[in-house]
Amino acid sequence: MLAAAFVGTAVYAQSAEEKGLQIAKAAEKADEGFGSSIVELKMTLKNKNGQTSERFLTTRTLELTEDGDKSLIVFESPKDVKGTATLTYTHKVGADDQWLYLPSIKRVKRISSNNKSGPFVGSEFAYEDLSSQEVEKYAYKFLKEEGDLLVVEQDPVDPKSGYTRRVVTYNKGKGYRLEKIEFYDRKNALLKTLTYNDYKLYKNKFWRALTFNMVNHQSNKETLLKFSDYNFGAELAEEDFTEVALKRAGS
Amino acid sequence: MTNNNRLSVWVVVFFTGLSLGWTQDAKREKRKVNHEFEMELEAEYRYFWDDAQFPGQEDHYPSLAIRPDYSMEWNDGYESINFTGFFRWDRDDERTHWDIRELYYQKAKGKWELSLGLKKIYWGVTESNHLVDVINQTDAVETFDGEEKLGQPMAQFSYITDKWGTFDFFYLPYHRKRTFPGDEGRLRFGTVINQDDLGYESGAEEWRQDVALRWKHYFGIFDIGLSHFYGTGREPLFVFDTFGNINAFYPVIHQTGLDLQITHDAFLWKLESIYRNADAQDFVAVVAGLEYTFSNIDGNGLDIGLLGEYLYDERDDLSLNALQNDVFFGSRLAFNDVQDTSILIGGIADLESSSKIFSLEASRRFGSNWRAEVEARIFSSIEDTELILSNFRQDSFLRFTISRFF
Repeated sequence: MLAAAFVGTAVYAQSAEEKGLQIAKAAEKADEGFGSSIVELKMTLKNKNGQTSERFLTTRTLELTEDGDKSLIVFESPKDVKGTATLTYTHKVGADDQWLYLPSIKRVKRISSNNKSGPFVGSEFAYEDLSSQEVEKYAYKFLKEEGDLLVVEQDPVDPKSGYTRRVVTYNKGKGYRLEKIEFYDRKNALLKTLTYNDYKLYKNKFWRALTFNMVNHQSNKETLLKFSDYNFGAELAEEDFTEVALKRAGS
Repeated sequence: MTNNNRLSVWVVVFFTGLSLGWTQDAKREKRKVNHEFEMELEAEYRYFWDDAQFPGQEDHYPSLAIRPDYSMEWNDGYESINFTGFFRWDRDDERTHWDIRELYYQKAKGKWELSLGLKKIYWGVTESNHLVDVINQTDAVETFDGEEKLGQPMAQFSYITDKWGTFDFFYLPYHRKRTFPGDEGRLRFGTVINQDDLGYESGAEEWRQDVALRWKHYFGIFDIGLSHFYGTGREPLFVFDTFGNINAFYPVIHQTGLDLQITHDAFLWKLESIYRNADAQDFVAVVAGLEYTFSNIDGNGLDIGLLGEYLYDERDDLSLNALQNDVFFGSRLAFNDVQDTSILIGGIADLESSSKIFSLEASRRFGSNWRAEVEARIFSSIEDTELILSNFRQDSFLRFTISRFF
């Protein structure tokens, strides 16, 4: 009882910054232990006239706790870039390490991860929107609570980010899964809204949204991501996230 | 074509052996097999606007190429057979050629990976010259930049260590000769070189058993590769006698290579260097430079990259690619749009003479299955004293391609 009372007081005395950080940590903890996953996804790009074009990708992720996750993304289509692949080592602090595989000449090139704000393959997703979301990459401020929904402002630590802030909605009752993110550009104007839909619960613990919808309010363009079923059973290891594996995946 | 016929014999012998072993393995374990087949059809048109320097050469070269690609994967992708074929029809008989770019069996397990068959390997970090990249023979009739390669028969064993990077071991049982343009072809020497005229230093000729080793690792912002090749070189050695006759052959070489890249913010610092040693030749060559990218400068994804490299080759005039003491500068524009539009412009200038080569390469996708490319190479103020380049001074060209992917 005494411990409970003490915790209660501590929460009461928390600043908005502390509460925001606590929520981000709780969300990270709720997703801990997935190990590794493989998922296929279809990316549909829609311009302001409603014309669409599609890309198919496969993403492999390896969960690491001491440092950021590792991921390997392979393009299946359009066919002229089939086999193009990226290997990313996310770091909690500092720049990520990234390699690009070009299948036509079988070349692996280490690339700069400096370009965070640029669009990923012509989509409304910036590179930074798709990279592993490590707690250390933002400063936090709790904004409000509406039932199970917790709204937190996140300010990117990296000055190269394309955003001044993101307003993120977590769902506390569903393992702190993300419901929505609003992105504010460098001029602090609302740029994009990302909504997460078709959630599925894996292994009774891990929530994965099978649909992401990113709408750009300034250009009126849209990008839709549709994920296949996640495979958490492949038991990927460090060797599956090396240059050797990158070349194999793109061949 | 003789070279290719010998190659086919090699392929048949190798894969008969392989498939016998593999069929039994497949019977033991029923596994999900994924097949994928793709094909690229390409129409190409090359136009050389200057009058030909040598008799027989044309100005207009329409051409067609086909690239079928098949892969079969099983064991969750840890085992596969991969095939990439190639055929081109061109006005120049020597440029009309076919090749098996890749046809290999691959198996990966934990920390190792094994590949058996014809494969393409790329080593290196620089853009203007590829010094350390020594495994595959260049398909010299295909492109001017030398980035198209012939399939190389090999056994490759890769071993990934926890702390010491990756080690690659290569066994290369067969040498493939470089192809050269024929009478009708541009970008050739005054004397037409028939690939069969070139002999070998080794008595075993193309069957000399060659080996190579490479170590690749990264530490933070450093990516480093060290390699050694011992065998028949991919580059023929040209020896000119006092009458101006060319004697060319493939020497047995030792080549040690270093490639290093430092990736710091938007800077890529690059270095490639080789030391090649043969009975008739002994030299050092270096390429060093940097690449800097201004990313997303317009908020719409436009990246502008600036490239600068210095090239040195101790062989001086005899350097086959004529890059003996030169500077390369260039700019890469990537629009990061839905069509993946990109443009690369550049130039190489000789520091000791007026000779320059300018280039432009641009590409864009149309719809989801078409891709168009434009390439231009301009030979400018080429000095008569340039042993190699002087042959190409009338060979500035424009190249258009349209590809359909199936």
